[in-house]
This record gives sequence, C-alpha cells and structure tokens, in this order.
Amino acid sequence: MSLLHLAIVLPFLAAVFIPFLFKGLKSIHTGWFVLLVPLFLFIYFIQYLPVTGDGETVTKTFEWIPSLGINFIAHVDGLGLLFAMLITGIGALVVLYSIYYLAKEKEALHNFYVYLLMFMGAMLGVVLSDNLIVLYMFWEFTSISSFLLIGYWYDRERSRYGAQKSMLITVFGGLSMLGGIVLLYLMGGTFSIQELIGLSDVLITDPLFVPALLLILLGAFTKSAQFPFHIWLPDAMEAPTPVSAYLHSATMVKAGIYLVARMSPVFAESGLWLWLVAGFGIFTLFWGSFNAVKQTDLKALLAYSTISQLGLIMSLLGVGAAALHYDYLDDNIYMIATIAAVFHLINHATFKGSLFMMAGIVDHETGTRDIRKLGGLVNLMPITFTIAIIGSFSMAGLPPFNGFLSKEMFLTGMLSVLELDLFNLSTWGVLFPVIAWIASVFTFVYSIKLVFKTFLGKPQFDKLPKKPHEAPIGMLISPLVLITLVVVFGFFPNLLSNSLIKPAVEAILPSLVESGQEVDVHIYFWHGFQPELFMTLGIILFGIVLYSTLAKWQGVYNRIPERFTLNGLYDRGLSGSESGGYRLTSGVMTGFMRTYLVYIFSFFVAILMSTLIIKQGFVYDTSGLAAIKSYEVILALVLVAGAVTILFAKSRLTSIVALGVVGYSVALFFVLFRAPDLALTQLVIETVTVALFLLCFYHLPEISRKEERMRFRFGNAVLSVLVGITITLIAMSAFSQRSSESISQYHIDNVYELAAGGNMVNVILVDFRGFDTLFEICVLGVAALGIYAMIRYRSARSENE
Amino acid sequence: MLNIVVSISLIAVALSMIGIVYRVIKGPTTPDRVIALDSLGISLISVIGLISVLMRTSVFLEVILLLGILAFIGTVAFSKYLEKGEIIQRERDQ
Repeated sequence: MSLLHLAIVLPFLAAVFIPFLFKGLKSIHTGWFVLLVPLFLFIYFIQYLPVTGDGETVTKTFEWIPSLGINFIAHVDGLGLLFAMLITGIGALVVLYSIYYLAKEKEALHNFYVYLLMFMGAMLGVVLSDNLIVLYMFWEFTSISSFLLIGYWYDRERSRYGAQKSMLITVFGGLSMLGGIVLLYLMGGTFSIQELIGLSDVLITDPLFVPALLLILLGAFTKSAQFPFHIWLPDAMEAPTPVSAYLHSATMVKAGIYLVARMSPVFAESGLWLWLVAGFGIFTLFWGSFNAVKQTDLKALLAYSTISQLGLIMSLLGVGAAALHYDYLDDNIYMIATIAAVFHLINHATFKGSLFMMAGIVDHETGTRDIRKLGGLVNLMPITFTIAIIGSFSMAGLPPFNGFLSKEMFLTGMLSVLELDLFNLSTWGVLFPVIAWIASVFTFVYSIKLVFKTFLGKPQFDKLPKKPHEAPIGMLISPLVLITLVVVFGFFPNLLSNSLIKPAVEAILPSLVESGQEVDVHIYFWHGFQPELFMTLGIILFGIVLYSTLAKWQGVYNRIPERFTLNGLYDRGLSGSESGGYRLTSGVMTGFMRTYLVYIFSFFVAILMSTLIIKQGFVYDTSGLAAIKSYEVILALVLVAGAVTILFAKSRLTSIVALGVVGYSVALFFVLFRAPDLALTQLVIETVTVALFLLCFYHLPEISRKEERMRFRFGNAVLSVLVGITITLIAMSAFSQRSSESISQYHIDNVYELAAGGNMVNVILVDFRGFDTLFEICVLGVAALGIYAMIRYRSARSENE
Repeated sequence: MLNIVVSISLIAVALSMIGIVYRVIKGPTTPDRVIALDSLGISLISVIGLISVLMRTSVFLEVILLLGILAFIGTVAFSKYLEKGEIIQRERDQ
C-alpha cells in the first residue's frame, strides 16, 4: 500500500476518529480537525502537478482480489489530478465554511463530518481508480454518503424525500453502470481503464459494445443530473448548504462528467456516443436554464443552473469526441470543445461553489431563501453582494470573469459542429449552436435574476424572519477565496492551461497525443471579432430584453400541468409501482392454499407437457410388458371404484372408508405382485392411518360437520385430469425407453454370499442401503416427538390461560 | 385341477364380499357395519390364502396372521367405542 493509496483512504481513516473528537473535545468545533484532512491532501496533490504537467502518469497497485482481476490501482493523470484537486481544494473551503455555518451546540456535527469525510474519500477513490470495479465501489460510496448528507436533518419530511429520491435515481444509474462494467470486462477481459483504452478499436466491433456504452452512459447521466434524470438534484437542496455547495455543484454531480471524460477514449470512436453525450448534454443545458428562471428559491435556482451547466460540460465532451475522428488534421478545431469542457469544469466549480455559499449566507442571515421575500440587501450585505455579482456574472458568461472565457470557447465548440461531416451531423448539427445560444440567453436571465431580486430592488425587511446583517468573516472566507479565483482565472486563464487543462485534455484524448498532435491550450484567443463574440453580444441583448419583460411571459411555465412534469411522473411512477406491486402480490398471494396448489399444478403440467412435446419425448413401446391377469383387472377396478368414491362421496366418513378400501387394495396388489414385506407394512400402516382419520373426523367441530358433497369446480377438474394425464404419459414413456439394465441382479447374487440373509428386501434395507433406513427411523422419531410436543404444548398453554 | 378349484373358490369369496360390502354401505345401525367390516377382513384372509395357493408360495402366511390380528383389534376397538364413547381411557380421569 503506497502513500498514494493512503492519501485516497485518508478521509475514511480520519472519519473513524471524528466521533471521539466530537465527544472528547466539546469546546472546539469538530470542523477544525476535519479541515486538516483536505488541506493536507490538497498540498499532497499539488506535488503531482509537475509530474502530470510533463505528460507523465503515476500508477500504484495494491492487490485486493488478484484472482478476479480486481486490484486497487491508483492512477494519477491530468484528469484524475484535476478532479482530486477540485475535491480536496473545494473540500477544504467547504469545511471551513461549514465551521461557521453549522453551530456546534445545535447540530450533530460528528454525523455531518463523518459523512462528509466518507464522501470526500469516496470521490477521491472514484477519480483516482484505474480499476472499474474499485471505481464502482467508490461510486456507490458517494451515493450512500450523499444520501446520508441530504438526509442530514432527518426529522424533516422534505429531507427524507430528497434523500430517497437521489438514492433511488443514482443507485439505479450506478447499477446499470455496473452492468456496463461487466460487459466491458466480457469484451476486453480486463477491468483496467487504461488497458481498455488500448483495446478500444477492438471493442467497437463487439456486439456488446452498444449495450455497454448505453449502460455506462446511464450511470453517468443519472449521477450528473442529465435530462431526464436531473429531477433528484433540486430536491437534494434540502441538504445543509455546505453539502449543496460541495456535492451538488463541485464534486459528486461531476462524477458523471468524470466518467464520460474518462471513458471517452474507449467509446468515442462510435457515433452513438457523440450523439448521445452531446445531444443529452445540450438538451439538459437548455432545459435546466429554462427551468431555472422560474424558481423562486435561491438554492432551487442554483440547482437548475447546476443541471444546465453540467449539460453544457457534457455536450462539450460529446462534441470533443469528434476530435478523435480527425487525428490527421494539423489544426484540430474540435479539440477546443474538450479544452472548453475542462476549463468550464474548473470555472463552474469556482463560481457555483461561491454562489451556493452566498445563498447559504443569505439564508443564514435573513432566515429565508425565497426570492420573493428578499430584496434590497445590497447595503446591508455588501461583501455577500460582491460575491453574488461576480459569481452570477461569471455564470452568465460576462467579461471579465472566467465564465466569459469558457462560454466563448463553448460557443466556438458548438459552432465547430457546423463543420462536422460525420454521423449525419451536417444536417442536424445546426441545432447545436442554436440551442446553445437560446440556453445561454436563459442562463443570462436567471443569473441576473439571482442577483437583482436578492440584493437590489425594494427592501422588504418586515417580511424576513430575522433582521439581516453581514455575515461573520469566517463564513465569508471560503466564497471570497473562490470568487478571487473566478477573477484570477478570468484575467490570467493561462495559469491553468499548462498546469491543469493540458494534462487533463491529454488524458481525455490519448490517441490524439499518440498520433503526434499537440494539445495547444490557447485561451487567450478571446479577443478578435469572431462570430462567438457577436453571439455573446446577442445573448446579453436578448437576456436584458427577456429579463425586463419577465412578468409578461412568466405564465408560460404554468402551461405544463403538474401531472406531466418529470417530478409528477416520478412521484406517480413511484406510488404506481408501489400500489401496482401491492396489487400484484395481493392478487397472486391470496392466502388460500388451494390457489397456490393451482399455481403449482399448473406449472407442473405446463412445464412437463411442454418439455414432452418440444423434445418429442413420448414413446410407447409394448415389448417389455407382462401379460395381464384377471385378478389384477378386478383389483384395479376395485381400487378405481374406491378412489372415485372418495371424490363423489357425500359424507366424509364414506370417503375415509373408501380411502381404507384403496389402501387395502394396494396391499392386495402387493400380495399379487409378490411383495410380502410391503403387504405387511401396508396393512398395518393403512389401519393406523384410517384410525387416525377417524379420530380427526370425530373431533370435527359441530358447525363444520355439515355433510355435503365436494363442490364441483370445472377448472379443478380439468387441472386434475391434466396432471393425471401428464404423469401417465411420462410413466409410459419412461417405461418404454429404459436407458440401462437394472442393478438388481447384483443383489440377487450376493444377498446370501455377502450379507448372510435370505430376505432380499430386508437385506437391502439394513445392509446394502442401511443409511436410508437410519434416517427414515429419524423421520419417524421426529414425527413422534413433534406430535407429542404439539399436544403437550397446547395443553400447557391452555392450562396457563 | 387345483387351479380351477381355487379359482372357483376365489369367485365365491368375491361374491360373498360383495354381499358384505352391501351390508357395510346399507347396514342400518353401526354394529351392523362393524360386523360386516370384521367379516370383510376375514374374507380378505381367505382371498390371500387362496392366492398363496395359486402362487405356490408360503410367504404370505404372515399377512394372513396380521390381518387376523388387525380385524380382531379393530372390532374390539370399535366395540369399546360404541360401549363407552372412547377407545383409550385416561387413568387419572376424575
């Protein structure tokens, strides 16, 4: 186990000690101890920057289940390191923020920090694992810890609802991802992503390629809240704000992005991948930004904005996959999309994290997050306002912040789709820049709404539960750090380009690097009169127009009835599956033994008959049959008469006597077929059985003694006849085609020689096959003890009563 | 010759058994049925004896003895039930 492995599992190890620190050192806020973990990890991961900057990777293997090919392979390359730094860096800021956000007197901090550290370790594991099974394990850890964090205030009904919803959706995706992983293993014979990348041109011809692609994408889309699986994210806003800032803007929702970026080299040769990733991404971008405008809750607005931005990154990754098809071009313009995706990933983490913290501050200091109650906070909370306006303008894609740069690159990437001439993109590809532009307009509108409705406008402090004031400085540090980064990256984007973005892009597009193309991250190219500049101007213009007329067209959102929204569909699907499942079980499980017997016999007949027919197993051969004697015929008629009497007798007593007739006839058959031991036993047992039946009959309660004939049911009659026919046919076929000779000759030859006995039946019972006899004795013993216990226990209980 | 005689005897026993069965079904009182069942058991003994002769074997003699005992026990048990209302009395019944 190397230092790198220890770094990944460090949060898990630290989580063990958190409850002790919480209980033992009550005077210090537990968060201060937790803060050390991400800080240390962040510094540790900075050391890898020069390594990946040179295009090197670090791989350390820890054997876990080597016989199954499952080993904990930690693999640090540009992409993994970028995510690891996001996780630890923003993790440290979030922990710092949470120290001031969560009061140590009121909250169960030990729970919170244990969950948070679990989540941090799980995310590090996801982004730094090369083995897909280990990745899946950490993936499920993120789902579980996210579930725990969303349901942190578990006494609130909405928290539990949101936690359950996110759990169901992400675990559904996680399980389909596991299916995709297994399919990949079947195709490639390895769980290692790097080895799978090497096999990508073999995999694409495999018939399992498309199912694997779809399943992996399903996992990525559910985790990253892509349409239509985005519905869990707004409900996850019931979590404490540090959780929303950390999980639902910077890290967990980007796990799906990470997966798509990571698996791109494996799948991206396929046009399906390009279409699905880019198509779902661009539609999610539009749908999220469109819905964000109508939200009145700050965090819900930010949630939809996160959905939208994740769609943006996803669509860029999809379009960036086109670069792989042009590895002969010197100036590969599609690579810009991948660069933009990575760049926007960083930018989004910075400005969205700060915006969530801003929303948390507003909530904390005013007592509400409802935009309709807020307004005019600019004079009271100037620092928070600064954070909000920089974050929002960056989100809207306004200069001079980093969002502007990535938005420009995004538009460039989308415009480059127009020049693609593969996978029918030349016809439908024109939709991409159009939708991207419309979605950007909506992004502008909700970003402006976020700031203006909260901080500007008419103050209405009487509606607020608390008297608003500026947040404590500790709470402001983290968003200030993030907002500083927004500005710094905005002015000096090339700080990132060679250190973080270039290695990450090289990890997403390894085959291009192999073919000798230089990943040239030139973010400076935003000046110049390019079409995207005019698109940005159009976005601003139309955004202002739309925002100023918001009241006029807001009614459009109410056009969709609640039943047909995705949330409505989810709720009805959930309750529908519950009631459907209930109805199914209550319909099938009637509680009546006769119904179950009907099931059993129906399946018995259906399976055996169909086997007999499909395999054409019915054979009738009379060659091995003995001659029929007259006594046997008479006895058989008596037996049939007895059996029929049981069915049609009016009184139960007659049935019992008829059963005795059947048993005695069988004993006579044993006599006729020369089985004296069987006849003896059969006679005694039949007598005892009939006596027991009479005992039961005698003790029947008076009320149910009404003598009436068994009711006729047509279905039962048909079924019983079918069962009889089935067994008869199988018995005839089995007798007609014996596969081997009987072994009884051995017993005949050796009954005296080896076992010193004359009675062959008894010698078999106690000598040749004495084991069976032993356990039949056992059965009888158990039955006797059981009867004794039943009678004794019942009488003991009734005496107590 | 022996076979024909035994077969005739078997048919005769079978006919008598049919008569006994008629009494079992019809028999107006329970004691009638008990007596009929008892004689049915005895007839069965004769059937098995005749079949043993037909098969030229002595292994079914135990079956005959057993049937005799069973018929006796069954009749006694039934008689006791008719007399006292139960077959096995409890010793410490008050």
